[in-house]
Amino acid sequence: MSDFRIKEHPILSVHGEALVPFSWKGQGYKARQGETIASALFANGIRVFGHHHKDGSPQGIFCANGQCAQCSVIADGISVKSCMVPVTKAMAIEPLEGKAILIDVAGDPDFHDVETIDTECLILGGGPAGLAAAIELGKAGVNVILLDDKAALGGKLVLQTHKFFGSIEACHAGTRGMDIGKKLEAEVRGLPSVRIWSETTALAVFSDRKVGALRQGHYFLIRPQVMLVATGAREKSLVFKGNTLPGVYGAGAFQTLVNRDLVRPTQRLFIIGGGNVGLIGGYHALQAEIQVVGLCEALDECGGYKVHKDKLVRMGVPIYTRHSVLCANGREELESVTIAELDAAWKAVPGTGKTFKCDTLLVAVGLDPVDEFYKKAKEFGLPVLSAGDAEEIAEASAALFTGKIRGTEIARMLGRDVGEVPAEWLRTAEVLKARPGAIITEEIPGREDGVFPIFHCSQEIPCNPCTSICPKDAIKIEGDDILGLPTFVGAECIACEQCVAICPGLAVTLVDYRNKEEAGVVVSIPYEFSQAAIKEGDTVTVRDTLGQVLGQVPVLKVRSPKFADRALLVKVKAPADIAKRIAGIQVQAPWVAQSMEEQVQRVDDDDIVCRCERVTAGQVRKLVGEGIRDLNHLKALTRAGMGACGGKTCPALISRIFCEEGVPAQQITPFTQRPLIMEVPLGAFAGVATGTGPTRDAAPSSVGTLEGGV
Amino acid sequence: MAASVYDVIVVGAGSVGTPTAMSLAEKGLKVLCLDQFASPGQGSNKAAIGGLRATHSAPAKIKLCLDSIKIVSTWQEEHGVDIEWFQGGYVFVAYRPDEAKTLKALLVIQKKAGLDIEWYDKDALLKLVPGLNAAGLVGGTLSPKDGSASPMLTNSAFHKHAVELGVDFRFNERVVSIMRRKGAAVGVRTDKGGYATGCVVNAAGAWAKALAQSGGQDAPVHPDCHEAGITEPVARFLNPMLVDIRQELGSANYYFHQSAIGQVLFCISPEPPMIGTDRRETSAYLPMVARRMVGLMPKLTNLKVRRTWRGLYPNTPDGSPIVGRSKTLEGYINAVGMCGQGYMLGPGVGALAARLITNTLSTDDEDILRELRPDRKFADTEALK
Repeated sequence: MSDFRIKEHPILSVHGEALVPFSWKGQGYKARQGETIASALFANGIRVFGHHHKDGSPQGIFCANGQCAQCSVIADGISVKSCMVPVTKAMAIEPLEGKAILIDVAGDPDFHDVETIDTECLILGGGPAGLAAAIELGKAGVNVILLDDKAALGGKLVLQTHKFFGSIEACHAGTRGMDIGKKLEAEVRGLPSVRIWSETTALAVFSDRKVGALRQGHYFLIRPQVMLVATGAREKSLVFKGNTLPGVYGAGAFQTLVNRDLVRPTQRLFIIGGGNVGLIGGYHALQAEIQVVGLCEALDECGGYKVHKDKLVRMGVPIYTRHSVLCANGREELESVTIAELDAAWKAVPGTGKTFKCDTLLVAVGLDPVDEFYKKAKEFGLPVLSAGDAEEIAEASAALFTGKIRGTEIARMLGRDVGEVPAEWLRTAEVLKARPGAIITEEIPGREDGVFPIFHCSQEIPCNPCTSICPKDAIKIEGDDILGLPTFVGAECIACEQCVAICPGLAVTLVDYRNKEEAGVVVSIPYEFSQAAIKEGDTVTVRDTLGQVLGQVPVLKVRSPKFADRALLVKVKAPADIAKRIAGIQVQAPWVAQSMEEQVQRVDDDDIVCRCERVTAGQVRKLVGEGIRDLNHLKALTRAGMGACGGKTCPALISRIFCEEGVPAQQITPFTQRPLIMEVPLGAFAGVATGTGPTRDAAPSSVGTLEGGV
Repeated sequence: MAASVYDVIVVGAGSVGTPTAMSLAEKGLKVLCLDQFASPGQGSNKAAIGGLRATHSAPAKIKLCLDSIKIVSTWQEEHGVDIEWFQGGYVFVAYRPDEAKTLKALLVIQKKAGLDIEWYDKDALLKLVPGLNAAGLVGGTLSPKDGSASPMLTNSAFHKHAVELGVDFRFNERVVSIMRRKGAAVGVRTDKGGYATGCVVNAAGAWAKALAQSGGQDAPVHPDCHEAGITEPVARFLNPMLVDIRQELGSANYYFHQSAIGQVLFCISPEPPMIGTDRRETSAYLPMVARRMVGLMPKLTNLKVRRTWRGLYPNTPDGSPIVGRSKTLEGYINAVGMCGQGYMLGPGVGALAARLITNTLSTDDEDILRELRPDRKFADTEALK
C-alpha cells in the first residue's frame, strides 16, 4: 500500500488530488499543492527521515510544529524542517544522514535593512486566545499586529473535529472546534485596525523591547506598546526506552497529520496519557479509520473529561489505568509497545507486562505553557499580558474567554474607553477553567413510558449546550453556573433529537417507549463515523457509559439532519432491559486490542532525555549522583539543552530525574534562556532571500508602517 | 572566624581561576576556589567561542597562549577527556591595503617570536578557505598551529581534574572582601563566611576591579559586552577561525570558526563598545553580524542560527592582561584583565601563577611577568586585541 491519504472522513472535507511531483531518494512521488514535506512523505508511507549525526539513530517526525529539528530533510540541497516547508514542483528531497552539507550559493548576496514596525499591540499567536483578544481590540479601534506561525489561523482549533464544551453564549459550545476557528477568523478579518500576519514566527524579545519575527524568510522587528502572549502550549515528553524511534511522537503532531493534512500516518496506534489531548487523539484516530489498540494512563483515573474517556471506551478502545509504558520496540521504526502495571511507588509490577503490536505511539502526557516570550518581556520591561494556555493550561473554551478579557484590558491600558471588564466575564473564565469534578454514579431514570433524553454524563465539567438547545426548555442544570449535571425536568419531550446532536461528549441518548409493543424501545444514538459504515438493517454492538457490552441490536434508521452538523443520528431497536443503559455504538472490533503472546523487552540503553543531542537518562542520573546541581553545568558536560529545539523539551525531563534522585528543587539552578526560539538561516538576519521554503515576501502592503494611534 | 586555612584562595572559577586552582594543586598546594555563580565557567567562560591562538603581537601573550595550546591540545591524550580540540589554524583576512599592511607588519614580529605564520595571496587564500568572497580580497595570514576547543568542556575538565587533585570549590559564594593584616592578605570574607590563607589570587574576570578594591588594591579592568552566537552543526566546510579586522559602522572586528563538532560559532565587537556588565540580548546584534558574515562567505546564508548570547570582555587600558604580585599587598596576586581572551590565556596564566606562587619561575616567566606587571604604565596598545 503506497497511499496513506484519507479519502473519506465523517467530518472533514477531503482534499483534492496529489498532483505535485517530487522525488525522495531519487524515486518519484506526488504531493498535494501546498502540503508540507513531512505530510507528503507520510502520505507516501515514508516516516524515517534520516539518521542522527551523533549515534546514527533513525529520525522522524516529533513535534510537527517547527519547534524541534528532528524531521529535518535535505530539500533541493538545503537542510529544512520538513514539517514547515511545503513541497514545490519537482523538489528533490533526500534524507538528512548525519550533518548537512552547506552548499555554495551563486552570485553576490543582496542585503536589505531590517525594518522596525511600530504598533500599539502585538499579539503572538492566532489561536482561540489571540483571536478573541484581537476581536475586542479591533472593536475598540486599537492598532494590532497578530502573528501566527501557521498558514491557517485558529491554532489548535483547526485540528478539532469534535464539538466544544462550555456554553453557547461564552464560547460557541456545541460547535466543532475547527468551525469556531473559522468564525473567529472571519470576525477578525473584518476589523480594519487588525493586521494578521500568518506564516510569521516570533523569534525573540530583545532588551530594547523589540520583538524579532520571521515572515516567510523575511526578518523584521516589531516595537509594540503592549504585547499579548497567546502562544498556547507545548506537549510534555516522557522518558522510556526507545522513546525517540520514528513512530513515537506527540498527539499534536498526530492531529496535524490527520486532521489538517488528511494523511493517515498509522494503521495501529497506541496512546500514552489519558488527559483530554490523548483521549481526543484516540477519537480522531477512530474517525480516520485508524485502529486504536489501547491507551494507558499512569494514574488511577484518566485526567481528561470523563465523557471523552467514556466515548472512547464504548467505541471499543481499552484504557489501562495505573499502567505506564516500559519500552517502545523496533530498530528503524516502532513495531510494538510494552506496557506494565504500576505499583504504589510508580514502579512496574513484575509479570504485568503486555506488548501490543503498533506502528505509532502517541505521547500525550500533558502540556506546558509556551511562556518564554512572556518572561523575557517582563524581564525587559515591555508591558505584557498572557492569555489561553500560555497563561494557564485549560480548555480552548477557557482560552477564548481569557483572550476576550485580556483584549479588553489592553484596550483600556491603551486609553480606549471600553469600560471595566465585567465581573461576569471573570466569573465565566473561572468556570471554563474549572478542572473536571468528581465522578458521579450515573442515575438511570425509572420511567418506562413516552419519550425522553438520558444523560450519560457523570462528571461535573463546564458544559451546558443541551440546556440551551432544548426548544421546550426542559433540560436544566442545578445552580447558577454551567458546572452541574443536566437533568430532564419537563414532562413533554417532542423527540426533536437536538440535545442528542449537540452534546460534545456524545453523551445524550433519546429513548422512545411510545411504540414499545410493536417496534420495541427505540434509542437514538449520536454517531460521528463514516456514513458508509452504518446503515438501516445492520446489526451493531451497543455499550453502556462505561464501555460494558450490552448486546447486539438492529439499526432502524440512520439520518444526518442539518442541525446535527455532520454527525449521524442512529436509531436502534433495543430490548427494554438495556435500552436506557445504551450510551453508544461500538466501532472497533475487540480483536484490535489484543496484546501479543510474547512480551517484548527492549535492551538498548536509549531512554533519551535530550533528543537533539542524544543524552540518556543514565548519563544525567550519573552526573546528578556526582553532585551536579547547576543545569548549565550539566549542559556543559552533556550538551543536554543545547540542541536544535532550543531546550524546549528536556528541561522538564531533567528536573524529574533530579526529583527522582531526591534533589530538592531549590538546590537546582535552572537553564539560562537565550534567543532564538527556533533555528533560522543566517541569511534571514542579513536580509537575504534564504532559498528555503516559502520565498521572501517583499509585499510592502502588509509589512509596512502603521498610520496613527502610535 | 576562619574555618579552614588554605595555602591559596583563588577567587573565580572561570577561564582563569579554574586552571589556576588546578595548576596550584598540581604543585601540591591546598587550594580553595570560590565563585559567585552556581558552577564552573558560568561568568564569561561559557560565553567564549573557543578560539585558541598564539598569533598575538605582545610577546607575553604569545608565550602564554603557546602554553595554553599545549595544555588544551594534549588534554585528551593526557587525561582521556575529549574537550573538542580542533587544529584548524587562524586566518586574518585583508580586503583593503590598510589591513594587508597591518597584518604584514605584524607578521615580522610574530615570526621573530617563533610563530608559525605565513602570508597568503588572494588565490592561495581562496584555495585554503573555499567559499570566501573573492571580490576585493587581497590576501591574509594563516597560523596553522592555532585552533579551537569547547570552553565549557575545557573548564569542566579542568574543574574535574582540580577536584581530583584535592581543590575545594565553593559555588554560589561571593567574595565580599580580601582581609588584610599588616600589609598582607590573610583571607577572604564571603557572603557565607570567611577563609584564612596567606595567598589570594584575583581571577574574578569582569568582576576583578571590585574585588581588588575590597583589598585596597586597584585593577584597571573595565568590562564591555560582546555578542556571540552558534549555528546548527553541518559537515566540515571551514578549517580555520576567520577574523575580519575591518571596522564598519556599528561594529569593529568579527570572527567565526567551525568547531570540532561542526557548529559555527561567531562573535562581533560592537563599535562604539557597550561598556558595562549588561548581558541582555539586543535586537541590533543578529542583523549586524549576519550581514558581515554572509558578505564574507555567501554560503553561510543557508546556515541556521541556533542561539545567541552576550559575554563580557574584562578590558585593560592597553589590551594586555595584568598578571603578577602586588607590590603593596603581600600575598595578593593578579590574574585579571584578559580582555576577552581569558579562555586562550587561562591555562597558560594558571600555570604561570602556580610557578609564581611556588617560586619556580623560569627566565621566560620573569619576562612575561615584567611585561604584564600590575604597576606598568598601560601606554601601548596591543595590535590584535
